[in-house]
Amino acid sequence: MFYLFSGIILICSLLSITTRRILRAAVYLLCVLLATAGLYFMLNYQFMAAVQLTLYAGGIVVLIIFSILLTHHISHRFQHPNLTKLIMGIGAATVGIGLVLTTILSHSFQAGTAPELPVDMTVIGNQLLSTGKNGYVLPFELISILLLAAMIAAIVVAKKEKNKNSEI
Amino acid sequence: MIQGIPLEHFLVVSTIMFFIGVCGFIIRRNLITMLMAIELILNSVNINFVVFNRYLYPDQLQGQFFSLFIVGIAAAEASVAIALIINIYRNVKNIEVENVNEMKF
Repeated sequence: MFYLFSGIILICSLLSITTRRILRAAVYLLCVLLATAGLYFMLNYQFMAAVQLTLYAGGIVVLIIFSILLTHHISHRFQHPNLTKLIMGIGAATVGIGLVLTTILSHSFQAGTAPELPVDMTVIGNQLLSTGKNGYVLPFELISILLLAAMIAAIVVAKKEKNKNSEI
Repeated sequence: MIQGIPLEHFLVVSTIMFFIGVCGFIIRRNLITMLMAIELILNSVNINFVVFNRYLYPDQLQGQFFSLFIVGIAAAEASVAIALIINIYRNVKNIEVENVNEMKF
């Protein structure tokens, strides 16, 4: 099962950066995100997988597809990238993969022996809103402010100006 | 070891996915496809956090919370980036990166 999911992830992510039609790239990205949610299900983190499905696969991909439809013609195809950029990109990727994989495979990880914590919604909710040990209330509040700021910024940036001299 | 799969296999998958994202960020010239490459990179980092949490510290939840916050930040980033892209499209009429250089100071 794991090898099926990882095969889907690798093939679709490779196709998503090499296909010449932009809408297909978005659909391949959707496949990658769904397979990642499958990996989280396999690791027994149901809440993380649900968040991945709703926010990434449901939210961000739909947003990307909307913006593609607003800014492109459906039949638009990309030109091939020029050769120096292609060589530079592939070279950077292969050097990075080699470096990181030799580091990972030469290091021996010690698996945790502690008993497994049952991850259910009450544990997650209590830890997310507690201020004591293992509490995450500060990043929770920070990210709420960040989301509010992003919402206002998106509205302000994408707003159409009616009249250049009129006040907002 | 969970279901007979060692930790390193997950790390290999997420590493290759990360560098596919980096490669796509370099070779693409369209703003939306560059945004998709960034999503690939963030997603591979999420896999790393969750897998380390599951294998090395199964009695805690730090990795899961980190990846939750990363998902939230990615959503905010995508919304602002798409607003910017639509605004650029209104002014320049396409969104290839070569045509956006008039934003330079």
